[in-house]
Amino acid sequence: MRGILPGTSLATACALAPALNHRPRDPAAEAAALGQVAAWAMQFTPAVSPQPPRGLLLEVEGSLRLLGGIGKILDAIKRGAADMGFTLSVACAPTASAAWLLARGGAERVFAGQRAIREAISPLPVRVLDCDTQALETLSAIGVRSLGDLLSLPRDGTARRFGQHVLDPLDRALGLLPEARVFFAAPPRFEAALELSAGVTSAEVLLFPAKRLLTQLAGYLAARCAGIQRFRLVLGHEDVPDTALEIGLATPSRDAGRLTILVRERLAATTLAAPVTRMRLAADEILTLAGESGTLFPDRTNDAGDWARLVERLSARLGQEAVHGLAPRAEHRPERAWQATAPGAGGGQAVCSPRPLWLLERPRPLDEVDSKPHTRDGPLALLAGPERIESGWWDGALAARDYFIARANDGALVWIFRARLPLASALDGSGWFLQGRFA
Amino acid sequence: MSALAELLSHPAIWRGNALGGVAAPSMPTGFPALDVELPGGGWPAAALTEILPEHEGIGELRILGPALASLSAHGRWLAWIAPPYLPYAPALQAAGIDLARLLLVKTRSPRETLWAIEQALRSNACGAVLAWPEKIAWPELRRLQLATEGSQALAVLFRPPRAAGEASPAALRLALDTCEGDLAVRILKRRGAVLDRPIRLHPATVVHRRRPGSHHAVDCALFPALPARIVPAGIGAL
Repeated sequence: MRGILPGTSLATACALAPALNHRPRDPAAEAAALGQVAAWAMQFTPAVSPQPPRGLLLEVEGSLRLLGGIGKILDAIKRGAADMGFTLSVACAPTASAAWLLARGGAERVFAGQRAIREAISPLPVRVLDCDTQALETLSAIGVRSLGDLLSLPRDGTARRFGQHVLDPLDRALGLLPEARVFFAAPPRFEAALELSAGVTSAEVLLFPAKRLLTQLAGYLAARCAGIQRFRLVLGHEDVPDTALEIGLATPSRDAGRLTILVRERLAATTLAAPVTRMRLAADEILTLAGESGTLFPDRTNDAGDWARLVERLSARLGQEAVHGLAPRAEHRPERAWQATAPGAGGGQAVCSPRPLWLLERPRPLDEVDSKPHTRDGPLALLAGPERIESGWWDGALAARDYFIARANDGALVWIFRARLPLASALDGSGWFLQGRFA
Repeated sequence: MSALAELLSHPAIWRGNALGGVAAPSMPTGFPALDVELPGGGWPAAALTEILPEHEGIGELRILGPALASLSAHGRWLAWIAPPYLPYAPALQAAGIDLARLLLVKTRSPRETLWAIEQALRSNACGAVLAWPEKIAWPELRRLQLATEGSQALAVLFRPPRAAGEASPAALRLALDTCEGDLAVRILKRRGAVLDRPIRLHPATVVHRRRPGSHHAVDCALFPALPARIVPAGIGAL
């Protein structure tokens, strides 16, 4: 654009385009990004070899049958890279070096067979070789523009003049020299970060960078045949402390779509303290998760899966503590005879005495007229009782009560108790209280 | 004549004095007197039901008890969204409801309540969705009715008695009141002819306590069998 080329100095570039937005190159960030993409790419093959600073070599021959052919693999790689926000130049060849040279030359080609390599790499410009600028200039001066030109020069003369390091990559590409590569090993825990170019204030906009990170996470998990049940999304701000969102799943998963829905619900319920400038996604606990079998005749309802997704969505939006199950507890005091559990983990032993279906979280005091309990609507008629409950002297919440079932004027059945006077030290004080409704 | 009868039995033809047909199987309520008046013979699945109790706690949960117990026994999930009080675990269990299939959802605003109801209905995971929306208008009811149609769930909204005068897309609307200690169920709307008399249900009909040697498999002690009226002599002097 506007005559700015690789190698142009910053001053010249700024003079050509005054509105140029430039930043220094960050090799550490580039290496980290390459590592993340390598971890993601391990879902296609276990043999992933990074070619720093910006190359990645995948040995896919063993995966062709599993993943449905080279066309499908290339499509998946391109789509995934786009989702993660990277632009890609892909090439595929029988040797790693040939694929690398082709990709550097920007030629998207797929071919097989040793004999075709020479033909395929010949048109590539010599700059795709990693050699010093002086050698490139000399080559250009003697009229060598393409790799084909270089290959047609006498070998011994070229080696004497430019050194063996110019010929070695070509020999490796042609399969004449063996090539030893170091393969990438995925880290035991996942962590990826992203810098946002401008501070983002809207939670909805944050979903796009989050999706990039989630795509990486899904690839990382697929490569390890693993899933996660909990992950952390940290939103970094400039001046105020970071916002950390802990997101849990009901069952382990590695489905990017499912994770994205949870993040969307969570972001929608989050108020941002300040503009977000960076984002970090971390998953510490990686759980083994076998792949799902496809079904020949799809089941209309996948109850267990639907259920897990529902619980996740609800707790992502409403909060973990707003969604729970119930279980009884072995305890005499009614307000403590239940407990909240994780959804689906309820159950236990039932009690035999009559209990109301609705319990008031705090007993409501009732008026007393002529020693009889009254509500606002009138007196309560006692139907059954008393059931004496006296418990809890040991934990400071002493309850000394006589429980009755009563009928209100409107016909509703209520569960009331009278706090017993002789134990005035009891928490309730004295008098009548409404604690439940037999709805 | 037989041709006419054949024609009249066509599912697309509904006669004003008959109960409407139902597309999805209904869930028996556990009250035979109520079942005969409901299209399909029970709580409609894949349609919205509204229950409008005259007062709180007169039996609006008891009337659903047998259906909920049977759903949870079949492994279906029950979602309770924004209940006004705490559903009491020991009592639910005594009513035969499997607590392992219960999901309690608390919300902070009417909007969250509606969102949660819709999610629960659309997820296709729940056997029953019980909800206590604070305020709800026609467009939202319509939206929920559409969400219900795609699911197989029993969808029940509990609404205040004043909502009886408002229009609603729900397939079934019941107003509950008490009458001499019984529960009087008035059908405000059903797919079928208008029913002008209330159905009286005795709380006792809900109680199927298992007696020794009895063959009743289900123990629906939703409303506890009350002992004879006892008021201890010393109560005034306590």
